[in-house]
Formats: sequence, C-alpha cells, structure tokens
Amino acid sequence: MNYLYAAYGATWVIHIVYLVILTRGYAKLREEIKDLEKH
Amino acid sequence: MTPTAPSTLGILRVTIAKDLRLEWRSKDAINSMLFFALLVVVIFSFSFDLTAEESRRIAGGLIWVALLFAAVMALNQTWARELRNQVLDAYRVSPAPPDALFLAKTMGNFIFVVILEALMTPLFVVFYSLRSLGPVSQLVAVSLLGAWALVANGTFFGAISMRTRSREVMMPLLLLPISIPALVAMVSATTTILTGEGSAHLPLVFLAVYDIVFTSVGFFLFETVLHAE
Amino acid sequence: MKSSFVIFALLIFALLSFGLYEGLVAAPTEQTMGDVQRIFYYHMPSAITAFLCFFVNFGASIAYLMKRRPAADALAVSAAEVGVVFTTVVLVTGPLWARPVWGIWWTWDARLTSTLVLWLIYVSYLILRRFSGNNPVLSAVLAIFGAADVIFVYMAIRWFRTQHPQPVIGGGEGSGIDPHMFQALLANFVAFAAFAAMVIFIRYRLERLRQQVEEAHAMRAISEPAERVSR
Repeated sequence: MNYLYAAYGATWVIHIVYLVILTRGYAKLREEIKDLEKH
Repeated sequence: MTPTAPSTLGILRVTIAKDLRLEWRSKDAINSMLFFALLVVVIFSFSFDLTAEESRRIAGGLIWVALLFAAVMALNQTWARELRNQVLDAYRVSPAPPDALFLAKTMGNFIFVVILEALMTPLFVVFYSLRSLGPVSQLVAVSLLGAWALVANGTFFGAISMRTRSREVMMPLLLLPISIPALVAMVSATTTILTGEGSAHLPLVFLAVYDIVFTSVGFFLFETVLHAE
Repeated sequence: MKSSFVIFALLIFALLSFGLYEGLVAAPTEQTMGDVQRIFYYHMPSAITAFLCFFVNFGASIAYLMKRRPAADALAVSAAEVGVVFTTVVLVTGPLWARPVWGIWWTWDARLTSTLVLWLIYVSYLILRRFSGNNPVLSAVLAIFGAADVIFVYMAIRWFRTQHPQPVIGGGEGSGIDPHMFQALLANFVAFAAFAAMVIFIRYRLERLRQQVEEAHAMRAISEPAERVSR
C-alpha cells in the first residue's frame, strides 16, 4: 500500500536528513579547527 | 550594627509593594494593557458568531486563550522593566534569598493578572450573553488556580528569557507548551461549570496539583537560573 | 573512523534490516486494516525510543546541574535532538496510518496529542539552546520542567479531552497480540533503540568537539590582546 511505503520511506528520510545535518556540523568544525591551528 | 539578611516575608512584602507601586505609577502601561484586553475580547467576539448554547460550550476556551495573550503581554512587561533598571543584577548580589524573590514577583504578577481577569470576564459575559449554569464559586476557583498556573510558570520563564536573544518571543515560546496540561484543565473546568454538565471537581484538583508542583519546581530552581552564567 | 565504530554501525544496519524484513514481510497481515497496519512496527518503536531519549535528556540535565560537567550537557542536547527526530517520525507515521484506516489525517486521540505536545516541549528546549548561546544551566532547568510536564500532559489529555475517539491501535492490542506481530515489534524496537544510541553518540562527540573549539576560541581571545601589546 502506498501509505505503508510512504511511512517507512518518510521515517528514513527524516533520519538521513538528521545524519546529513550532523555530518555538515562535523565538516564545519573541522574547518574551524584547521583555522585555529593555522594561527 | 551589622545588617541581617532580610526575612522571606519581609522580602515578599517589600517586593510586591514595589511592583504594585511601579505599576500604579506607570498608568500608561496598565491602561494600554486593559485596552489590549478589551480588544482581544472584541476580536474574539467578531471571529465567532455564536448562539447562546454554543457560547457556553466555547466561551471557556475563548476566555482562557484571550487571558493567555493578555497575561503574556503583562509578564513580558514586568521583566522588561526589571531589565531596564538592571534590577536583576541587584537581585543577584543582594543577600535576599532568591526563592523569596521568585514568590514575590509571581504574586505581584498574579495580582495584576487577576485584575485583568476581573475586567475581562464581565466583557465576555456581555458579549457572549453568558449565563453560568454551574456554581459561580467554582468559576472563581478556576480563575484563580488557572491564573496562578500561567503566572508562576510565566514569571519563571520570564527570568530564563532574560538571558536570551528575542526575549519577548522566548517567554511565551517556553510557556505555551509547558502550560498545555493546565490549559486543557482550565478550559475543561470552565466549560463544565458554564454548561452545568457534570462536576468540575477533577480538573480543579488537577490544576491545584499542577500549581503546587510547578511552583515548587520554580521555587527550587530560581536561584540556579538567577546565577546561570 | 574507528574500526570498532564501523563494526557497530554495520551491526545496527543489520538489525534495522532485520526489523524491516520482520515488519514488511514476516509479520502476518492484520485482518481489519490490512498491510497498512505494518506502519505500526515503525510508529510504536519510534515512540518508545523517543521516550527513552527524553529520559536520558532528563537524567543528563540533572547530572549537569549537580556536577556541572560539560559532558553531561553534551549528552543532554544530543539525547534531546535525537528524541525530537524520533518524535517527528511518530508524528509523520501516525497520520500516514490514520488516513487510510480512519479517513482522517489527524485524530486528537490521547496518544497522538500527547506526542505532539512532547514534540513542542522539546523543540522549545532546542530553541532555548539556540537563543541562549547553548547556556547549559538554563537548558537543564527547562529540561526538568519539560520532563515534569510530560506526566501532566498525559493525564490532562486522557481525562479532559474526551470528545475524540480512541482508535484501537495495533490489531490485537486489546485481545493479546499475535506472537509474530510482537516479534516484529520487538525486532524494530531493539533496532531503533540501538540506532538511537549510535546517533546520540555521534551527536555527543560532535558537541564535545564544539565545546572544545569554543573553549579554544575563548582562550585565543584572552591571549591575543597580550600578543598585540608585546609587539
């Protein structure tokens, strides 16, 4: 049923979006650390 | 003679008197608040075109939402004024016990909000042709318990909001979700009393317990908030 | 990335896949609702996991107020964020289940309503963190208010909002759940709980890193003026 797949799909979309946000957070922090270390 | 730390009761008396005196002096603020309260009642009346029967069912919710708006404005006012005069810093360094300050501020705000209630209720009665089918004494109980719930939490979250950006938005933003159980109970009790269907005993007790629990939590944690870096 | 972490991640992936299989295939089709009922195997475990996350947030907040350790604060925010993510899942899967079964997107039944309020409370917690510069004390205090409130939320909605139907959730809930269904439920619960733990860990490390960077900036700010003067 469409609703079933939509529900399971939405669940994973939500989780993946959050994980992507976290990865971006790590990337940003690594930039900052590189910046700090340079000086 | 060494100065002794002020007693809790003393603090309460002085702070409440100060707040009330300030409110009285800044008549502008009170007047604009009252006018705002009237406006809210009128706007709500325009938004809903109700029969007498319908009014009794819905008025409970409407009154409390209207009061919520008015109370939020009132609460924002009182803390904003404290901030303007750097009173908060004075509180921190004073030897006065912080929990007493919390109680005092809450009581001051409570009196103010109850006055607002007393003024808004007749307006609602008139505009919605309300007639309570249940005991009015219970309505008074709901008014007081409900107002205290909003004010106790509102005062506390007001203090928290002092440390944040966009503090006028922050206080209601924190207050509303936490107040939902109390709101549900207030509205339920008011509607039950107005329609005269069943007893409002349970929501009243619920509100009382809510008030006690959250006032205690606030009382206990106010000092922590005051001294938060 | 550490190899032990990769192994755990793979294990969790396996658990989740197993859960997916259980939910979509292995569990028997429910009689009245049909296949749509399988949403339950994602909806319910997510709800319980969210609760566990908020419980961790509560514990970490109290721990912070008592010991003032930054690690406790890091755990608190991590648990809250992951909790909000899982609560969002509950709020999305709920209507997707309600619509085909009861014809309406939203039902103000006790469970869904309480979940909405829970979401509101913890989103406001995250907003407070954002607007207070991640002030750990204020956040911890709010967390305590929030946790205390949860009990009242459930009671208030159950007792005072009786206009709304309480739809029966999960085919055999009243009559004792089918063991195969229970197995699918359990499999997904274990999988999602483990997944939540992993994500909380990832977020926790991120927060600890952020805390250290912030501290480094602060130290930098203190020492810099001195450097300029000495030139």
